[in-house]
Amino acid sequence: MKNGARIGLALLLMPMLLWLSLLIVIPHIDMFLVSLRERVGVGEYQISFANYLTFFQEPLYLWTFLRTAVMSILATIITLLIAFPVSYFIAKIARGRTRSALFLLCLVPFWVSELVRTFGWMILLRETGILSNLLQWAGLVSGPVEMLYNDAAIMVGLVYTSMLFMVVPLVTTLESLPDEVIEAGYDLGGTNTSVMREIVIPHAAPGIVSGSIVVFMLSLGNYLTPTMLGGKDSLWFTELIYSQFIVRFNWELGAAFGFMLLLLSSLIVWGMLRLTGQTLERTMG
Amino acid sequence: MTFDLECRNLTKRFGGTTAVDDVSFEVPSGSFFSILGPSGCGKTTIMRMIAGFLEPSSGDILIRGKSVLDVPPNKRPVNMVFQHLALFPMMNIAENIGYGLRRQGMGKAQIAVKVDEALERIGLPGIGNRKVDELSGGQKQRVAIARCMVLEPDVLLLDEPLGALDLKLRERMKVELKTLQAAFDTTFVYITHDQSEALVMSDTIAVMNEGRFEQMGSGRDLYYRPASAFVAGFVGDSNRWAGRIERAEGNVMQVQTDSGLSMRAAAHGRPLAVGDRAQVFVRPEAIRISRAGADLAHFDNHMAGKVTNLLFNGAASRIVVAAGAEEIEVNLPQSGEFADLSEGDSVQIGWAGDQGNCFAEGPAA
Repeated sequence: MKNGARIGLALLLMPMLLWLSLLIVIPHIDMFLVSLRERVGVGEYQISFANYLTFFQEPLYLWTFLRTAVMSILATIITLLIAFPVSYFIAKIARGRTRSALFLLCLVPFWVSELVRTFGWMILLRETGILSNLLQWAGLVSGPVEMLYNDAAIMVGLVYTSMLFMVVPLVTTLESLPDEVIEAGYDLGGTNTSVMREIVIPHAAPGIVSGSIVVFMLSLGNYLTPTMLGGKDSLWFTELIYSQFIVRFNWELGAAFGFMLLLLSSLIVWGMLRLTGQTLERTMG
Repeated sequence: MTFDLECRNLTKRFGGTTAVDDVSFEVPSGSFFSILGPSGCGKTTIMRMIAGFLEPSSGDILIRGKSVLDVPPNKRPVNMVFQHLALFPMMNIAENIGYGLRRQGMGKAQIAVKVDEALERIGLPGIGNRKVDELSGGQKQRVAIARCMVLEPDVLLLDEPLGALDLKLRERMKVELKTLQAAFDTTFVYITHDQSEALVMSDTIAVMNEGRFEQMGSGRDLYYRPASAFVAGFVGDSNRWAGRIERAEGNVMQVQTDSGLSMRAAAHGRPLAVGDRAQVFVRPEAIRISRAGADLAHFDNHMAGKVTNLLFNGAASRIVVAAGAEEIEVNLPQSGEFADLSEGDSVQIGWAGDQGNCFAEGPAA
């Protein structure tokens, strides 16, 4: 009987173990080995850190790397600022059917693929697009305006893509805060701001942090949105990786870039957790 | 006489339903006032209107003689102990108690002194640094009260705060709440559906049903002289019979129940006439039991019956006696003389006529 249970457990865990080892662990080990290779001749390789050295010596690579990080952090902050009031409304103010309807509205954009959603933004923002025409029709501008292919367009796309991933954890944590506790805050003399600052936000902290981590990771690793809304020269780090692998056929350097990105995201998430005094168990549990 | 809290013709409608219907009452300074009623009777609505979380449809609320209708909840001189206490889980005990004082802009040193004083007063000195979930139910209860009392409110509202506690602790907290109220010398307004909480602690109890106050008075009044059939049925246990009035002599009614039992009961000034349909309430503890009929000869009502059931419940043990077609619950004295009573035994029961409360028939709890 005991043996049977053990085999059952192993079988249950098998798909997950296979998924982890085949799709994540093994490719990453291979990638890491590739990143440590240096080509010295035709079909001849030796182990060295030359690829990583290239990364640190070329200002463009470093600059793109930093830019991607800063833009992703900014996108996370903007997403949080927009998502928090929305989530508070859904979790604490809306009731019954309105609540489910609003929640569904947040979900609806995710029924179409990211590609289609991003095309939607291009139709709105391009020179011959709806916004440009609207401004001309209203007489606010004299000629067509190009609103695509700049950092603001990238930011809009990133925030739009990430919104749901911030709203869901926020709604869940805010829902777990009893109305009674908020009322007690007011009853004992709290104002809107002090109740928010001392009661609601501390309670929602795990949700804020876990939402931020997800949004940050998604933005950092996003390829489609920066490329389509920011154009070919939008300098997003994933584009560099893509071009090393596909355009330049330099797998060694591409793999090194990939590892730098992994290192960067882990570092920033770790820093964020330290800064807010949260632990991974609390935010994910 | 000064009143800390006055409600005048308070009414609250939600859409088509009237939750609170023209309720007026006054609570004298320093007294313990309870609103007792079944769930859904509107008592929580009254409390939330006093605290300021709901606006009355009409009527006025006065605290120390001043109307507070235009005052938002965070500025009202009332504080509330919530049903589930609503302690702030993100703060420790000292921060919880100091929260209201911080909002008033009091200095840190002074807050620390006040918090220590409050903890001393509730008998939990030195727990300031503990977390909320490290406390027991009774301790949380006391912290929730201290958190309000440091603000020295004119009125403290308590919304069934004992509901979540287990029975033993609830019994202890009843006494403790009464002691705390005396110690803080503040007006308490307490709402509950548990009659024993209300009876033990209150100076005045209002029994509420379907948005209205059925009766307001001391615990003794409600128990011995219920003003309506609802109060008679809701406060304490009763044997209840429906019947017709056969004969009326002043306040004494001769009632023939539907199953043929004849008994005397008191109308206590209620207008009842011969031929009226009536309900009679007799408390199990008002009925005497004896083995020989002679002991009960001085009672207006006495009858012979057979024990059909023994309901052992310690001090509150009862027997069910079948007399004619009726089953009557009778409290069993625990003095030992009936220790050997068993099912099927013949007994005599009797009670004084004025122990039976007679009401005109109507809806009852």
